[in-house]
Amino acid sequence: MKASVIVFPGSNCDRDIQVALRNSIGGPVHMVWHGDSEMAKTDLIVLPGGFSYGDYLRCGAMSARSPIMREVVARAESGVAVLGICNGFQVLLEAGLLPGALLSNAGLKFVCRDVHIRVENSQTPFTNGYERGQVLRIPVAHHDGQYFAAPGTLAELHQRDQIAFRYCGKSAGADNPQFSPPFNPNGSIDDIAGIFNDRKTVLGLMPHPERAADPLHGGTDGCGLLDSLVAALS
Amino acid sequence: MRNEPNITPAQVSEHGLTASEYKTILNVLEREPNLTELGIFSVMWSEHCSYKSSKFWLKTLPTEAPWVICGPGENAGVVDIGDGKAAIFKMESHNHPSFIEPYQGAATGVGGILRDVFTMGARPIANMNALRFGAPEDAKTRHLLAGVVAGVGGYGNCVGVPTVGGEVNFDASYNGNILVNAMTVGLADVDKIFYSAAAGIGNPVVYVGSKTGRDGIHGATMASAEFDDATEEKRPTVQVGDPFTEKLLIEACLELMATDAIVAIQDMGAAGLTCSSVEMADKGGVGFDLDIDKVPQRETGMTSYEVMLSESQERMLMVLRPGSEGTARAIFDKWQLDFAVVGQVTDTGRFVGRKDGAVVFDIPVRPLVDESPEYERPWVKTPPPAPLPPVAAPMDHMAALQNMLSCPDLSSRRWVWEQYDNSVMADTVRKPGGDAAIVRIHGSNRGLAITTDCTPRYCLADPHQGGAQAVAEAWRNLTAVGARPLAITDCLNFGNPERPETMGQLVGCIQGVGEACAALDFPVVSGNVSLYNETHGQAILPTPAIGGIGVLDDLDRHADLALRRNDDILILLGETRGHLGQSIYLRQLLQRQDGPPPTVDLLTERRNGDFVRGLIATGQVDTCHDLSDGGLLVAAAEMAMAGDMGMDLNGPDDPGFWFGEDQGRYVLAVPARVAEVILRQAEQQQVPALGIGRTGGEALTLNAGVPISLAELRRSHEAWLPDYMANS
Repeated sequence: MKASVIVFPGSNCDRDIQVALRNSIGGPVHMVWHGDSEMAKTDLIVLPGGFSYGDYLRCGAMSARSPIMREVVARAESGVAVLGICNGFQVLLEAGLLPGALLSNAGLKFVCRDVHIRVENSQTPFTNGYERGQVLRIPVAHHDGQYFAAPGTLAELHQRDQIAFRYCGKSAGADNPQFSPPFNPNGSIDDIAGIFNDRKTVLGLMPHPERAADPLHGGTDGCGLLDSLVAALS
Repeated sequence: MRNEPNITPAQVSEHGLTASEYKTILNVLEREPNLTELGIFSVMWSEHCSYKSSKFWLKTLPTEAPWVICGPGENAGVVDIGDGKAAIFKMESHNHPSFIEPYQGAATGVGGILRDVFTMGARPIANMNALRFGAPEDAKTRHLLAGVVAGVGGYGNCVGVPTVGGEVNFDASYNGNILVNAMTVGLADVDKIFYSAAAGIGNPVVYVGSKTGRDGIHGATMASAEFDDATEEKRPTVQVGDPFTEKLLIEACLELMATDAIVAIQDMGAAGLTCSSVEMADKGGVGFDLDIDKVPQRETGMTSYEVMLSESQERMLMVLRPGSEGTARAIFDKWQLDFAVVGQVTDTGRFVGRKDGAVVFDIPVRPLVDESPEYERPWVKTPPPAPLPPVAAPMDHMAALQNMLSCPDLSSRRWVWEQYDNSVMADTVRKPGGDAAIVRIHGSNRGLAITTDCTPRYCLADPHQGGAQAVAEAWRNLTAVGARPLAITDCLNFGNPERPETMGQLVGCIQGVGEACAALDFPVVSGNVSLYNETHGQAILPTPAIGGIGVLDDLDRHADLALRRNDDILILLGETRGHLGQSIYLRQLLQRQDGPPPTVDLLTERRNGDFVRGLIATGQVDTCHDLSDGGLLVAAAEMAMAGDMGMDLNGPDDPGFWFGEDQGRYVLAVPARVAEVILRQAEQQQVPALGIGRTGGEALTLNAGVPISLAELRRSHEAWLPDYMANS
């Protein structure tokens, strides 16, 4: 499988996802500069986390208009898998590849913590290695991660099985009764942590799978997402 | 030289210079300075840049060890961590600006310390901070805490360097002068370290990064004076940070450093273009000719005075090899940063600036640095504290524990560190909340442990013991995770050194720090001094914040404080005498702050620590916590909460045993058969060791009394800070 990671000015998780993908693929991962307008053939495009263009104007707004994004949109339309993590998710929304918007966290503060998310659809190239209903522990780290969509859009997302992950308690059942902060870290509507496009070839999510991809991270639940892609696209 | 009006005594004093310092300037120049020159002297000779009150004492600190590559004097300290890698680190204060403008003050504090580290060729891999605020009841505390935490996070998160830990404390002495001490640790190859000494007559002097604006003019002078009622008027001296530009600057500099274009490099921090130029020229024994008109400027009509004294952020100065300007310019163009050749290295030994073709300053470099004042200020030794009168046990130990866990100084800092990205770079192994943070050395199975420590109330009662304790606690925290302590950076925060009592605190603390560094082979490799932390004559507690780093050779063998197995035996290592003087217990439950602080016996400290580190390195121990504020029962409760597992504890019914703050102690949790071996080994090595209980269940029980559930403990521990911050 050939994977490409787009590097925007201010991306800061580009190396992290490169390392995690390289471990899953067992081979090199191509880094693509935002100013390029062409890209070699690739099976997966990743828009990494970070603060591209300093989050100035609006998170992801300027990156969505960088030269390489015309090519990313064209590839996405041709069916190439695209994964946007955190700031990458924001860019995908600004580029119109996914519906809805990400607002400032309900608490109006940056939040960095491990959260639990439930796999809502395991029949996709991104999630085939998980079971539907499986609960993963993966960190979030963002200031603008409150997913919002208008009622009509939200209904469509549900109807077409486009919800990828939802924030949940520690077990798939009830929340852990002991002290824990609210399980939804940012006030996202319907506890949505990640969504697909209609064709399930584009995924955007706020949690960082690349930070739960090594035993030393304290968990490896993020590996399943990358391994799913390798299984589906190789 | 352009003709300008004569300098008046009022201007001299507005620049923070004394009459005798001005006389020295006249001698150095052999004429009167113009206003730009006066400004240059004033920032170079400010306390902040010249260390004029502390230099004499700083020279007494141990700075050498076989693994030290570069000690104090460069932008940051450098130590060899093996495998061809070096750790480059420093802690620096940004106290005065953070009080005036908390978000930008804290943010630019982080930005400045990051630059000190990457300017030497290191990729920053971890940030830490030591924050001290006024009493929670003080009207400004909530606003300052919210702003500083948001600023630290806002900068570090955007730059993409994890903030992996730190300290937050409250004390009324900081009401008018909060402390914001920021630390960065970076990683470099030992053969690719960059220094600031300029060389090569005729080589181009290059300016990169952001444009120069009118912000931060006289920041260094502002940070060298006490506050008064007009403090608000100093807001324009605070710089404004742009972490996005800093991120680009890091990437561009590291990309350029991979070539052989750079001769010398220095960031523009305090006193901006002036200080960076003068230090580079002085270290290289050369002169600099600058063309002020070539300096990229954000605003029109800036005077040479403003350009030279601006503290605009995210700027660097470099001397390049001749002919490499093209390569360098291409890299900075790619990262969309300003790049300008602003001058050249000369053999005149003079620092010369030209504007519109005329010379606007011309100062000999060597005397500008060497003739800077150095004061051996009068000082009086802090009188020894009176012995502690008997202490009555006011209440049940478990009730006391709950009270202490929920007090401002011991309650959970989750509200703070969840605002910091602690896992970006994907190498964070141990997050905030433990004894020391651990980050992996990228691409290896080795790690760096990092901690910051200081107990200011000990330093107030006995500066010497307090200084030694800060170093010992840093050493102990690194040891508790299994790391081999290597070196420290010190950030010395004190009041007005012109008061002999305050100067006595500074001297005492430095002596204590030095003694501990020597005994523990834990040298000082970088640091910073912040004086005049004083408002209306009210000084802060003496606060010598210590940032320590250590190395872990095998990340599979490290420890943390979280309990992980039922039926582990809890072992208390180190001698417990029940020392309650200056303890949190006294302060929190008896509203007393008296007696001497605990004594640090450095030989015992070392013996106990070496024993613990050996146990972790041999894989016998993976659960360990050092004892500090609050003593044994607080440490035990922290281990239980972190591991989500209860414990039964047994011991004498004596508050000194459970809450005493004797030094050099650890708690371990190990399986029963390992415990037997450890107790035997401890006896052989003369390390006091005592079984104090067993893990298991969902509650903490003391001497078979009424248990407290973990949920209840956690409520006490977690609630205070978020409730306090919500209550605005």
